[in-house]
Amino acid sequence: MSNAAPVLRVEGLRVAYAHARGAVRAVDDVSFSLRPHERFGLAGESGSGKSTMALAILRMIKPPGRIEGGEVWLDDTPLSKLPPDAIRRLRLAGIAMVPQGSMNSLNPVVRIRDQIGDALADHGTKLPRRALAARVRDLLVDVGLPPETGDKYPHELSGGMKQRACIAIAICLRPKVIIADEPTSALDVVVQRQVMETLGRVQMELGAAVILIGHDMGLMAQFVDRLGIMYAGRLVEEAPIRDIITAPRHPYTQLLIESLPSLEKKGGLRGIPGLAPLLRDLPPGCAFHPRCPNAEARCRVEKPSVRTMGTDATVACHFA
Amino acid sequence: MTPLLELRDVTKTFGTGILGRERKAALERFSFAIDPDRPRVTAVVGESGSGKTTLARLLLGLILPTAGQVLFRGKDLHGLNAAGRREFRHHVQAIFQDPYEVYNPFYRVDHVLTTPVRKFRLAQSKSEGHARIEEALRAVGLQPGEILGRYPHQLSGGQRQRIMVARALLLRPRLIVADEPVSMVDASLRATILGSLRKLHEELGISILYITHDLATAYQVADSILVLYRATVAEAGDVEPVVQSPQHPYTQLLIGSIPRVSTVRDWAAEPVQGERDSIATGCRFADRCPSVMPRCRTAVPPLFQTAPNRAAACFLYDSAPALPAGKVAAVLAAVQAKEPSAAV
Repeated sequence: MSNAAPVLRVEGLRVAYAHARGAVRAVDDVSFSLRPHERFGLAGESGSGKSTMALAILRMIKPPGRIEGGEVWLDDTPLSKLPPDAIRRLRLAGIAMVPQGSMNSLNPVVRIRDQIGDALADHGTKLPRRALAARVRDLLVDVGLPPETGDKYPHELSGGMKQRACIAIAICLRPKVIIADEPTSALDVVVQRQVMETLGRVQMELGAAVILIGHDMGLMAQFVDRLGIMYAGRLVEEAPIRDIITAPRHPYTQLLIESLPSLEKKGGLRGIPGLAPLLRDLPPGCAFHPRCPNAEARCRVEKPSVRTMGTDATVACHFA
Repeated sequence: MTPLLELRDVTKTFGTGILGRERKAALERFSFAIDPDRPRVTAVVGESGSGKTTLARLLLGLILPTAGQVLFRGKDLHGLNAAGRREFRHHVQAIFQDPYEVYNPFYRVDHVLTTPVRKFRLAQSKSEGHARIEEALRAVGLQPGEILGRYPHQLSGGQRQRIMVARALLLRPRLIVADEPVSMVDASLRATILGSLRKLHEELGISILYITHDLATAYQVADSILVLYRATVAEAGDVEPVVQSPQHPYTQLLIGSIPRVSTVRDWAAEPVQGERDSIATGCRFADRCPSVMPRCRTAVPPLFQTAPNRAAACFLYDSAPALPAGKVAAVLAAVQAKEPSAAV
């Protein structure tokens, strides 16, 4: 699997937002790639640039935001070279997104089956009524919903069912990549587990790759194959999930893992000292140095570059 | 000893459906008491719709029970005279989920701190009041110079939530009801806020009711725990045995669903039963329960006291004595301050 050509490649992506005091860089020179079938996680605190990354991949950054540079490749297609209508077709069909809080963005006055039908029709899939009904039914069954769900309105469904309906819309055109932005953040743990099982299963059936965005390291540990850690717009570490858990290289990754309260023993409640920096007012050198337990003089002046470690990991820390 | 605050056989129903004609119980025949002599941190854990916020609102006197009584120092909370209400507002404090909503955006944040000092005459002079405010802010890890004089929008969610903790500290209440106090702040800040709550309990002997959906933080902060499932108590007791060896199948499902940072992928190993649907007669967990028995569908299990310090509402434990209705507090009271509390 590791030799397969990547299905998605992000190279040197930079996104900035115009601000009264100059541009604020929300995504700063981020590169990673996604192999077919792979589950890649993007984790970090709020404001670290995770969701902006997702929007930038889909070229959905709106002014005052702007993609400043870099390229996203889907197979061999550079997305920045595509005309707007081709990008529009590619969304959902090539790269589908389950946005944050998407279960609350279902249209409240349209039945679920019509919302799935609209997605298909909008992307040029015109089916006779009976075939469309069969297609919708299959999609609902795929995500573990009873077929009658199609006749219901969003308010008649629970949070978990709504989120599964959103996954049904996301997979209706068999995309190669599914981006799920905090898909379970408003759900209870039991329902979260069910929704993630559903996402994992449909992903395998489709053979799609998944980018899971979130801040719960436990969820990442249980779901993804590889994990990228974002801090102040940069990808500060990327490695197979097993390596991140057993031997995190970046001090921020270590603290992020330790800040998850333990169920095994008491006394495991530790925070990360300090606050996430404001993007418009980043500290010089390594953006993490004011909060870093290992920071030295060099970290205050010199921004660490992203270095490759071994065959499948990168880290941006002077001491890793 | 008269409890500080007590719910006696309380039921709260809300109307649902068109015109609110269908009644749905948010909390059913629930009894609970806060013992003023043995302050504890009690966690109330449950999924959305389990009744945990209804419990908080009943305790704070924000809503009236449909049946049963809410008592403050033995007197009906809703029949208190002015002096009694004033005492209640002094000794029972609340910290809510959203640290954005509790502030008036037009006032400086000082307002939420100076008002209680004035209303409850906490200080003899203006300078003493100011000194107490600064002391309270420092106690929750804030620099008074960075906080006072600011407007709410100039502070982070974590700072605003800590000001609410400082406000509670200022009043030296007997009980703080904290309803999801950290669910809207970043993981890195949760520890600080929960740590300051825990400190208030340890240093000032304040009882804390920590209401949350997050079992892991509940385990870290609380001495005892109540697990709510669809308006009733599923399991209650000392937090250590309840989390380490849960007895009620719902608690087991809940704990098994928490994704852990581990290289062992035990999370998706077993398929989970479907989501909750229609309310059945009998045990409310019956339609999801892997150990369901015929009797679970016809009778409601009482709380069986399986050990001095724990109880579970499940027929699997029917060899244990059933707790008389309303005696959950007795089980929770069996939790002694025997082990050193979590170093948070």
